[in-house]
Amino acid sequence: MRVRNRELLGLIPASLLITAGFAAVFIQRSNVLAGVSLTYGAIFLGLCVVAHIFIRVTLPYADPYIFPLVAVLACFGLVMVYSIDGSTLARQQAQWFVLGLVLFGGTVIVFRDYRKLERYRYLIVLVSLALLVLPRIPHIGYEVHGAYLAVNIPGVVAFQPTEFAKVGLVVFLASYLRDTRQVLVAGPRILGVTLPPLKHFGPLLLLWGVAMVILILLHDIGSSLMFYGGMLAVLYVATNRLSFVVIGLIAFGIGAWYLGTHIPHIDARVQEWLHPFRASLYNSKTASSYQLANAQFTQAAGGLFGQGFGESVVYIPNSTYHWLPAPDTDMIYAVVVGDVGLFGGAALLFTYLILVARGFKTAVLARDSFSKLMATGLSTIVALQVFVIVGGVTRVIPLTGVTLPFVSYGGSSILANFVLVALLLLVSDRARRPGPAVR
Amino acid sequence: MNASIQKLFVVVILLFALLVVWTSRWTVFDATGLQNDPLNRLGYFKSLTVERGRIFADDGTVLAKSVKAGGGTWSRTYPQGSLYAQAVGYYDAVYEQTAGLEQSRSSQLEGTPTGVSSVFGPLGGGQQVGDDVYTTLDPKAQELARTLLDGRAGSVVAIVPQTGAIAVMYSNPSYDDNDPSSCTNLQGIGCKTNLATQGFLPPGSTFKVVTTTAALDSGRYTPNSIIKGDSPITVSGAPLENDGDVSWGPVTLTEALTNSINTVYAQVGEALGKQIMSTYMHRFGFYSTPPLDYPAGQMIASGERYPLTKLLPVTSDLVDVGRMAIGQDKLAVTPLQMAMVAATVANRGTLMTPRLTAKVVNPDGVIVDHVKPTVYSHVMKPSVATELTTMMTKVVEEGTGTAANLAPLTGEVAGKTGTATVETGSVLDDAWFIGFAPVSHPQIAVAVVLTHIANGYGGVYAAPIAAQEMKTLLAEGL
Repeated sequence: MRVRNRELLGLIPASLLITAGFAAVFIQRSNVLAGVSLTYGAIFLGLCVVAHIFIRVTLPYADPYIFPLVAVLACFGLVMVYSIDGSTLARQQAQWFVLGLVLFGGTVIVFRDYRKLERYRYLIVLVSLALLVLPRIPHIGYEVHGAYLAVNIPGVVAFQPTEFAKVGLVVFLASYLRDTRQVLVAGPRILGVTLPPLKHFGPLLLLWGVAMVILILLHDIGSSLMFYGGMLAVLYVATNRLSFVVIGLIAFGIGAWYLGTHIPHIDARVQEWLHPFRASLYNSKTASSYQLANAQFTQAAGGLFGQGFGESVVYIPNSTYHWLPAPDTDMIYAVVVGDVGLFGGAALLFTYLILVARGFKTAVLARDSFSKLMATGLSTIVALQVFVIVGGVTRVIPLTGVTLPFVSYGGSSILANFVLVALLLLVSDRARRPGPAVR
Repeated sequence: MNASIQKLFVVVILLFALLVVWTSRWTVFDATGLQNDPLNRLGYFKSLTVERGRIFADDGTVLAKSVKAGGGTWSRTYPQGSLYAQAVGYYDAVYEQTAGLEQSRSSQLEGTPTGVSSVFGPLGGGQQVGDDVYTTLDPKAQELARTLLDGRAGSVVAIVPQTGAIAVMYSNPSYDDNDPSSCTNLQGIGCKTNLATQGFLPPGSTFKVVTTTAALDSGRYTPNSIIKGDSPITVSGAPLENDGDVSWGPVTLTEALTNSINTVYAQVGEALGKQIMSTYMHRFGFYSTPPLDYPAGQMIASGERYPLTKLLPVTSDLVDVGRMAIGQDKLAVTPLQMAMVAATVANRGTLMTPRLTAKVVNPDGVIVDHVKPTVYSHVMKPSVATELTTMMTKVVEEGTGTAANLAPLTGEVAGKTGTATVETGSVLDDAWFIGFAPVSHPQIAVAVVLTHIANGYGGVYAAPIAAQEMKTLLAEGL
């Protein structure tokens, strides 16, 4: 079967999911939801078909599974947001998808030869670092649960700059390591460990510094783990030196431990993570484990098969108070497990795993180092973002407020991730194009 | 580079496996613990969306029902308020508190998912409707109890002897179960205490019915046994007087009960000994939480209590069995227990398990739980019960309980008065009466107590209330 037809077939699961999901929520809430809200689902499916036709024309050889997987995730997310908060947020979410698809198309057209990104790599890294610092600038940035991840310029724009910075940093690193990956491993070996020349290792030390700065400035273990993990992954693939990763992780561990014990907010997050059911922490006004503990209760209520779409309790009945704060963003995985159980949660994670696998496949097929490293980095950062938020909700690691890509409600996340997917498909299209590589 | 990418993918698989393992921790392995965690209010939230069943009196009067509270939730209202609050209790949505039948019958009142929703639960959700509970309470007699207690601290309990069905359970103070958080205490009794099941009260001479049962059924005494009724006598090294310090001389046991002669019964108690007294008290239900369909946390066992409220076995050296035999010493009993004593005599010596529920009916009108009478214990031989009935009839005909000899039940009431001094200085008494009617074929047994009454003789204060209650209940043709 031709590649693009496979992609079209791949959209069938997405359409089934959105039809069944909306129908289930609609039947259950028929008393509060108007029939017109069902049309959002239909519009959304139409958008997916339009995007498919666009890919057919512009990226005929690109991986046929990546876009359907993204569509499945997005459809699932839309059903979740709809079941949690009703049609208003679902409509906004659908609008963000329209913008996201426009940005997707724009990226594909503008960066048709994506390797020209390399020319702007220092500009890209500077902009990315600036974006990271933005939330700490008074009057623009603001604090959510003690972490600085959001920017809000009233009346103009409100967004999460870290979502965009992650793409920029990967592009920079892929480009930088393409040039230096040979010299990094050319240094003297001491005790079986390759010591790279300081001149070239400097920028990598800078990466560690960036991760620490994220910790210090943004007060956020999860984000810095996500960035730093993505960087180490690209570094590992570029140099094939496990020692770099080990040293990098140790350096991160030391930094995180020191800062964790010296920045109260991070320490509080660690305490909540370790003892969420301690009544003193649960009822604390400042560093409350209320959200995290309730997320565990919500998951426990889901059991193996879940309680059904829209059945998880997110509001305290007859009040406007959240039982589960941030149910459609940070905590959406808890609601997913509460609604569709362990099996539903595992299926969602498996969908991400296939998406990441297709990303890595793209990296394997790519014919030049920059493409390989960029596809690796982009895929890894998606995987790590899922790990950071799901790991936070399930208490594998301390909780960090990042989004679950394509599923959580949130404009910045959708826009940035569509740019990420566009880059991935651009690499894939070039890699799978028949005939000798066009250079 | 490709080999490194593959290794990286293995790491990603491991990380995701970790996520699945942790998810299954919360959803499967630790789920039960999490669901029982005191911080977890999800089960309670779920119960808010359940339309709990109604609670009815025996004539169909609605005592509790659910009304829509918006947002798909329900709240409870109690149309009869404080009149039934002690028995029905409450189910407080906001503070997650519950009491009374609302608590003990909660699982039935909540019901279980039925029909469509049980099959399509995971997909459809669906409305859960609870079962209705029909109580044995009689509205007319219940209302009369409130009227006759007239704001004084006290309690009225009435039991159908043959079935154990509780027809009346009313106590002062009470509270409005629509607003349980605001009520006022009375004479040091907490307003949410159900005096009928939680009162620590000295039974006074009503306990002589228990002592007489032990005396007759053990074969040590007959109603005609002669005992000296002099006053005072020394019991456990301290002088004990009859009421008014009257010396009765040699009297029969029947005469001793009729006139409530303390010195006779103290001698009987000492002669029977702790072991025999203990045996009969246990048969009557003393030293056990009453076997009522009511929350165990809202009932206390009757018996000797020392130090403070700790249950003390009758066989303990600290028990003064002579004084216990006349209802003094460290006895603390509930009106429910004393009503059970009267009901046992009325039912030819067999104690039926007391109960507040007649039946439970599901929303489709099917009786899902028909509460049948069950025997709690065989306390005494039927012949002994007959002898005791004759003796107790004499109490009402010519003894301390003549105030209960009320037309049209004249000559048909058996009973025993009790006057327990609780404060010696200003002479405050708990006034008791236990009894049953009609003597020829008993249909209702009652216990009435009024606490802290100045010179409160049971024969004066409690006996008329008991008679009125029995008259009302019998007129309704139980």
